[in-house]
Amino acid sequence: MAGRMLLAGFGGQGILFAGKLFTYAGMLEGKNVTNIPEYGPEMRGGTCNCSVIIDEEPIGSPLVLEPDILIAMNLPSLDRFEKTAAPGAKIFVDSTLIGRKVLRDDVEAFYIPATGLASDAGIPKLANVIIVGKVIRETGICSMEIMDKVLEKVVPPTRAHLIAPNKKALEIGYEFA
Amino acid sequence: MADKVLVKGNEALGEAAIAAGCRFFFGYPITPQTELSEYMAKRMPKIGGTFLQAESEIAAINMVLGAASAGARAMTSSSSPGISLKGEGISYIAGSDLPAVIVNIQRGGPGLGGIQPSQSDYFQATKGGGHGDYHLIVLAPNSVQEIVSLTFDAFDLADLYRMPVMILGDGMLGQMMEPVVFPEHSERVLPEKTWATNTTKGLRKKNIINSLYIKPDVLEKINFERYARYAEVEKKEARFEGYLLEDAELVITAYGATSRISRNAVNALREKGIKAGLLRPITLWPFPKEAYQAAAKTAKAFLTVEMSMGQMIEDVRLAIDCARPVHFCGRTGGMIPTPGEIEAKAEEIARAF
Amino acid sequence: MSIVFERPKALSDVLMHYCPGCTHGIAHRLVAEVLDELGVCDNTVGVAPVGCAVFAYNYFECDMIEAAHGRAPAVATGVKRVLPNAVVFTYQGDGDLAAIGTAETVHAATRGENITVIFINNTNYGMTGGQMAPTTLPGQVTTTTPYGRDPKLIGYPIRVCELLSTLTGTAYAERVALNNVKNVRNAKKAIKKAFEYQLAGKGFSIVEILSTCPTNWGMSPVEATKWLEENMIPYYPLGVYKDIGGDK
Repeated sequence: MAGRMLLAGFGGQGILFAGKLFTYAGMLEGKNVTNIPEYGPEMRGGTCNCSVIIDEEPIGSPLVLEPDILIAMNLPSLDRFEKTAAPGAKIFVDSTLIGRKVLRDDVEAFYIPATGLASDAGIPKLANVIIVGKVIRETGICSMEIMDKVLEKVVPPTRAHLIAPNKKALEIGYEFA
Repeated sequence: MADKVLVKGNEALGEAAIAAGCRFFFGYPITPQTELSEYMAKRMPKIGGTFLQAESEIAAINMVLGAASAGARAMTSSSSPGISLKGEGISYIAGSDLPAVIVNIQRGGPGLGGIQPSQSDYFQATKGGGHGDYHLIVLAPNSVQEIVSLTFDAFDLADLYRMPVMILGDGMLGQMMEPVVFPEHSERVLPEKTWATNTTKGLRKKNIINSLYIKPDVLEKINFERYARYAEVEKKEARFEGYLLEDAELVITAYGATSRISRNAVNALREKGIKAGLLRPITLWPFPKEAYQAAAKTAKAFLTVEMSMGQMIEDVRLAIDCARPVHFCGRTGGMIPTPGEIEAKAEEIARAF
Repeated sequence: MSIVFERPKALSDVLMHYCPGCTHGIAHRLVAEVLDELGVCDNTVGVAPVGCAVFAYNYFECDMIEAAHGRAPAVATGVKRVLPNAVVFTYQGDGDLAAIGTAETVHAATRGENITVIFINNTNYGMTGGQMAPTTLPGQVTTTTPYGRDPKLIGYPIRVCELLSTLTGTAYAERVALNNVKNVRNAKKAIKKAFEYQLAGKGFSIVEILSTCPTNWGMSPVEATKWLEENMIPYYPLGVYKDIGGDK
């Protein structure tokens, strides 16, 4: 399937990394992909977001203004982007960090305490990847199988020891009901 | 064929320049192109090249002038305010008939402006920017893959015509990641640089790199000769891409980032039964006039989409000699037009057909 | 009969445009003699400035580049980075080097750019007809300081050798003058040393040459030489300001 995805959160939560995982997955599955972060003063410690498009067709604008898939890893992101989601969109919320529910009723919301799950599993920096696993499960935007190859591409050889924890995080997210 | 890799526009540009044989990069930090400088700072020492952070944009472009004089493929990059500073050096490079590649990842202006994507340096790039009778070849990629291929072309065209070439991008292209394949070395046969000031070695008479001609008749002659070369460039190097133009009644035209947004709009308009097409100039100078004249045969109107107050629109009108109405849809200051805005404007125009 | 004096090979056989009595001709000759003596003319790229020496590209037999006003050190940097084994020099006046090109000068020096700068200080913009330069002396009359340079209004002259000698990257800085035979011989020694330092890869070298400008000063060449001795040398003392010697 094709997808227009917006990932948003604080700088340091691994938003750009999560975006990269989807982008590589789309590329390795032979689709057209684009990935563009919002840049500016926000880059420096504030909120952070990136647009990812995966499409069979050539991609026009890389900017996702009305996401089909929205990942919100903090409250300001949900506040800012919930209203922009396309009708029928799937919204993924890190419920450890976001106390409120999705307010719209024309979208599908998924709540996953990713930060808590990551912490419990001893991989506190991988809440982002847990959400990626959940998104794959609920949207089928890419296959779980491709993620092995993706991690090989995204994780540099000098950090190969990080591949296993990332796989674990993907599993946790994928299995979370 | 090499593997597909996912790369940011700014970094793809740097890697392509290196693959094209550029070993001398002179930079100065400015958002949103700093990553290109940083990339070159990281890569150049590893391949025996030179990255030098200059004391100013002015010094950087003059270092490029020096390196180009010595026969090397040299490059500098900046964003809008920095390009203004380079204007002097660019004029001297053009006036000295030197090849060089200058990258402008545009941001909003005038003055210090902003740091978000913009296309408001079109006039500066295509009509001058520095003083005197001269042109740059201006290349406007709209994807990361095209950034790569046009960077190769930029160095080749610069060497071929002994003139500065500008790659005109914007913050959106610079920041965007897309899969690319880096091609092998280019196939073009290029003239030997017999004019370079790379020391006589006692084997030839001295060379002089110069833009000063104190006698007006001599300067005029030199300018005539240069413009004869420009005429050849106009004849041979104008490039564009057409999308659904064959039967297009409304020709939307845009370059770089806005061409991608416009493509979305064209698709949406077609679904609504409006015969829209997209004409995307790839070279802004030379401007692909013939493509516009051809499109005018089916077109009832043109719509230029720019991230500026309307600059390329003047070239569109000139290209078709005002034979069709040319409308404008644009945002400025770093605002990016949405496909919806373009569609709305297009529908308004189409209602009058 | 043997030839006892001839044009240096590095100096072109053309008519120079300099005014009668101007010391640019001597400075050119000294540079050319040094290039000959070091046997490097074939391996040299010179960079001419904007100012009176703008046509210097016609006067030296090595490859030459004509730079924009003040930018010669940046251009020379570009050349030197491409041709690290070539000899690269700039030839610049005071307006070019110490006003519009101050940044390029200071930063080429601080980078320890391995080039040689020949700096002609004649206390005015000669080419444009004698305006105030950054080296114009307090009280000195020029066309843009018709009542004499007033430091309260426009500040004080820049002593370039002293300034650059504070920079680690500067390997050699000496101020010389072309007012008499002895000083001309000293000037040549300094120029030669500067080029030798470059050949040895020691870094940035500069020779500041106090020169006369009889035309714009409104003096005869003899009066101009006297004025240089009485006014310039006291303000701009001759001597070596930086010499890293055998160090690198």
